[in-house]
Amino acid sequence: MYRYDEFDATLVAERVSQFRGQVERRLAGDLTEDQFKPLRLMNGLYLQLHAYMLRVAVPYGAMSSKQMRRLGEVARKYDRGYGHFTTRQNIQYNWPALVDVPDLLDDLADVEMHAIQTSGNCIRNVTSDQYAGATAEEVEDPRPYCEMIRQWSTFHPEFSFLPRKFKIAITAAEHDRAAVKVHDIGLRLYKNDEGEIGFEVIVGGGLGRTPYVGHTIRKFLPKKYLLSYLEAILRVYNLEGRRDNMYKARIKILVNAEGIEKFAEMVEAEWAQIKDSGIDLPREEMERINAYFAPPAFEKLPDQSEALEEKRASDKDFARWLRLNTVGHKTPGYAIVNISLKPIGGVPGDISDVQMEAVADIAQAYSLDEVRATHEQNLVLPHVKKDDLYAVYSDLEKADLATANIGLVSDIIACPGLDYCSLANARSIPIAQRISERFADIDAQEELGELKIKISGCINACGHHHVGHIGILGVDKKGEEFYQVTLGGSGAEDASLGEIAGRGLSSEQVVDAVEKLVGVYREHRQDKERFLDTYRRLGAEPFKEALYEAA
Amino acid sequence: MKAVTGNRLGDGAVVYLGDDDRWTTDLAAAARFEGDDAKSVLAAAQARVKEITDAYLIEVDGAGAPAGREALRETIRKSGPTVRLDLGYQAGA
Ligand code: HEM
Ligand code: SF4
Repeated sequence: MYRYDEFDATLVAERVSQFRGQVERRLAGDLTEDQFKPLRLMNGLYLQLHAYMLRVAVPYGAMSSKQMRRLGEVARKYDRGYGHFTTRQNIQYNWPALVDVPDLLDDLADVEMHAIQTSGNCIRNVTSDQYAGATAEEVEDPRPYCEMIRQWSTFHPEFSFLPRKFKIAITAAEHDRAAVKVHDIGLRLYKNDEGEIGFEVIVGGGLGRTPYVGHTIRKFLPKKYLLSYLEAILRVYNLEGRRDNMYKARIKILVNAEGIEKFAEMVEAEWAQIKDSGIDLPREEMERINAYFAPPAFEKLPDQSEALEEKRASDKDFARWLRLNTVGHKTPGYAIVNISLKPIGGVPGDISDVQMEAVADIAQAYSLDEVRATHEQNLVLPHVKKDDLYAVYSDLEKADLATANIGLVSDIIACPGLDYCSLANARSIPIAQRISERFADIDAQEELGELKIKISGCINACGHHHVGHIGILGVDKKGEEFYQVTLGGSGAEDASLGEIAGRGLSSEQVVDAVEKLVGVYREHRQDKERFLDTYRRLGAEPFKEALYEAA
Repeated sequence: MKAVTGNRLGDGAVVYLGDDDRWTTDLAAAARFEGDDAKSVLAAAQARVKEITDAYLIEVDGAGAPAGREALRETIRKSGPTVRLDLGYQAGA
């Protein structure tokens, strides 16, 4: 796994001590809040309804067990004993005191973690496939490219004052788990017909107030040109992007104002100029970074595990968990394990200090020391031996982390909403809790199959509601919480934006509404069709009818 | 009627301006103002930059409970997350 080099370590240490000085000056009254706010935001520190909130970066979602353990310790020592994993593969603490934050950041820096690139108008923490380096689906491990981008973009002088924040995601698998089509830049690593590996470059996607699915501006970019091409895109954006209006400043607005062809031409023209000017990493440097992501020492194992099959046959709940929460690994005898942070009635993405430590212990014992965070607010143990799956399951169960529901109706994404967030119109979490309680029956859930519900408490769309098969958006109606339902969105390779189903619903109505929508699906689905497929086949009408018939 | 609220600088905790001009964590104990009074009190509170951040006015009823359009938001601020009754001021009550 990637380790900091000395350069990174120094940088992070300097950043913390600089911030310590800034906090001291703020507390002493030498800095006003107006002067201090941009400084704290640069260090991931927001002010929310009840307290400060600290967002800690988990670059491309990858953590060692040591880092995971430290996240748990930090939650106990400086917070209220829990953290919240987000759709950007970061973790947020909801209650840190300003006076403690420098010490907290020091504790994180000890394990090579920080809060840099988690806010502000810079290139944010790059996100990727949580199965990277483990899934047989990928043509290559995408993480070295994430890391190259991280190194290139961290404190890049030209790109620290972009018109607006900038988000990049990379996948290397056919099935897109990184939502690359709804990022400012999405990169899909694939093998072309000539057998070469390179990137499809997708630009201008995004959610928020003005959602867009991204457009492909280059079908195939040879790998070695990654950084110069990104630099060309960023330059065009930096130069042409609007700075006068925060809501129109994202690259998606520029791309759609210029038109995709014109935008692509501008990028290509810029790229032609800088392509061979030494921005791209020399081969040795790429190899050096690649070496950090060399596969861990997998054992040579038979693909079948007898121990596993015995348990599968004798323990029905375990068999279900295997079916729903584990997927194939590229190495025979191994599996990828998903840990659901969506217990029935729980808070999506929340995890306690003790649970974080349990995950760290399990990862250390059984997953070659690695844990991943997913954009669906779950965790992954990427490298578990099939022989160990039952032990992992049992340990997870002891930590209340063995909920089997990955991809099902109760595996809901929800932003913090009005329970925590100062920008919210309405609460998100209670809606998620009530939906998961309504659909608690796991047999019925499994029978329904994949169904992605995503909830945001306001138009900023932190809960990705536009790309939910069923999306729920909190709106404010004269001081009352209302919810707008969208249908047919997807953030995966078949990306699309959901369509608004009709007028807003009260918080009482919204759970019934989901049940009605599911009812229409049940009635009309063919074969193994997912909710989304049925919706796409039938169109919105039958669903709208059911929603509004007698409501 | 209005009350002045903000987050305490050092720890971010929700506080209200009390009758004695000190910050209190109890909205029921907050001073209540009308009209232009509220504005000038707010300006004075905002100047106390070493104590407070993000000070603003909220609407309260005669009993000192949050009122008006932002009543739910301010109720959540005053009590704590509705999904974690063990956290926030509601936990101590
Ligand atoms: C509670 C504190 C939070 C605040 C104040 C906040 C604020 C915002 C704002 C203002 C935007 C819109 C920016 C824009 O469109 O340019 C945004 C976007 C976003 N936020 Fe948050 N957020 C918070 C928490 C979260 C959490 C917990 C998550 C994950 C669950 C998250 C994930 C995202 C994502 C993925 C977007 C991108 C939407 C896009 O593509 O434009 N945020 N956030
Ligand atoms: S979507 Fe809105 S309510 Fe939810 S976390 Fe983002 S800013 Fe807050």
